[in-house]
Amino acid sequence: MNRYSSPLNFRRLVITLTLTWLGLFVLLPHLMVILTSVLTPDAEHLVIWPITFDNYLKVFEPIYAGVFWNSLLMSGITTLVCLLIGYPFAYLLANMSPTMRVVLLFLMVVPFWTNSLIRIYAIKMILGKKGIVNSFLMFTGVIDSPVQLIYTDFAVIIGLVYILLPFMVLPLIASFAKLDRSLIEVGKDLGASPFYRFIYILLPLTAPGIIAGCLIVFLPAMGMFYVADILGGAKSLLLGNVIKNQFLVVRDWPFGSAFSVFLILLMAGLLIIYNKANNYIQHKGGLDDENL
Amino acid sequence: MKIFKPLFILSVFVYLYLPMLVLITNSFNQSKYGHKWAGFSWKWYEKLWNNTGLMDAFVNSLTIAVLTAFIATLLGTLMALAIHRYKFRLKSTTSSMLFILMMSPDIVLAITFLIIFIALGIQLGFWSLLIAHITFCLPFVVITVYAQLKGFDNNILEAAQDLGASEGKIFRVIILPMILPAVLSGWLLSFTLSLDDVIISSFVTGPGFEILPIRVFSMVKVGVSPEVNALATILLVISLSAIAVISLLIKRKQ
Repeated sequence: MNRYSSPLNFRRLVITLTLTWLGLFVLLPHLMVILTSVLTPDAEHLVIWPITFDNYLKVFEPIYAGVFWNSLLMSGITTLVCLLIGYPFAYLLANMSPTMRVVLLFLMVVPFWTNSLIRIYAIKMILGKKGIVNSFLMFTGVIDSPVQLIYTDFAVIIGLVYILLPFMVLPLIASFAKLDRSLIEVGKDLGASPFYRFIYILLPLTAPGIIAGCLIVFLPAMGMFYVADILGGAKSLLLGNVIKNQFLVVRDWPFGSAFSVFLILLMAGLLIIYNKANNYIQHKGGLDDENL
Repeated sequence: MKIFKPLFILSVFVYLYLPMLVLITNSFNQSKYGHKWAGFSWKWYEKLWNNTGLMDAFVNSLTIAVLTAFIATLLGTLMALAIHRYKFRLKSTTSSMLFILMMSPDIVLAITFLIIFIALGIQLGFWSLLIAHITFCLPFVVITVYAQLKGFDNNILEAAQDLGASEGKIFRVIILPMILPAVLSGWLLSFTLSLDDVIISSFVTGPGFEILPIRVFSMVKVGVSPEVNALATILLVISLSAIAVISLLIKRKQ
């Protein structure tokens, strides 16, 4: 590309910097996690040589398999709730004037500036025995005595949805913005009911956004140990709690890494599905008769 | 049906803002427990000022966020340039690594950073936090800047090249001014992500350098003091001022 080399050689500098940084802090560390997951834990040196698959077998022990299952379930519910709120929300936002849309999107980002841990703590205050929610319910006479909201799976889901909802909304808005509105009009003119228009036009055309949103919500939700720590009870552990515990408390790095490798594999699997769906939409998307 | 739409949007925002509202209100609340309004008071702000541990963590958090924003923006812009403009070996690997970086859940990134810092002998603290924050912000800067580079008239660059301008000069004099809005958005995005992070920071922090989420997390078990409410409010005011300045800059540029 570059036909003239300058004395400082800017081009080489940029490429070297890029490759060094990403190699050193992304590629190498990911490979090292995989390596660590098959090493033997050691109290003194953290890890020692003999390669073993015991760490992976340990993941399937009932206690840990239980946490894994619980995490999947909590993440699944969180993703579903985010989608159910985020989809109509993104749809309404996408239909607004550009100025209004920018303002509302900006308002979604503002809470990020008070660290998410502090906001989760605020949710704990809201859901507490004397918090706003209980006071409101008692004031309106729905309940007579405070209900237990905090330290439950319900509270954890509220917290997870709170943190992750913006990440569901953003790709969905992008998806709606790309949507060719005339397709819906065509559906209308041809006499399709709103339900049919939703199932056969809107849903398939926004599928990439839906999958992208679910992807960005589902996996991170399993790692949010602080949400489970602050809002959850003793039993609502997430995968993140186990990994954090293994790395920072028990110091069994190989076992913690083995758990993470499962997450990485799950991510790889979901990305493949995402790619397939994206290709499918692009090849079959919207414009051929079958979809209309 | 007409009333339903605004009502729905409103309730989503109530959900998003209720915790912030509780923080801000309680930062001015005379009462320590924040269940009841006991009158207006500045006392938590005064107490915060004298709480050195919390103030240090607050200053450290802002320092990391600002430095991260500058360095990640610089690096990310150069990376976007490399991917857009240059052909080199491992280019597709570069894009995949950025993609992995963006899609990996925080908890996975957190342990990859911890492992590499220990392996390289980088002490956990200021530097480990800074490097980790810069790295996880990079892909967001790259996609923002890359999107703007794509809509670029390459003829101008070729003309500059034919007139003998060096690559460095082309970047400084032509490319940078034209992509400045994207660069500023990248800065803001990095600042936001760095300030918001909890998970990665928890893994790569060290005893010598404490940042806000770590400090607050250690308080949760014994009860968070109301100074934190005051702190959260100040954080919000600072960030809103930052965005005001940046959006003015972007507007002037456009």
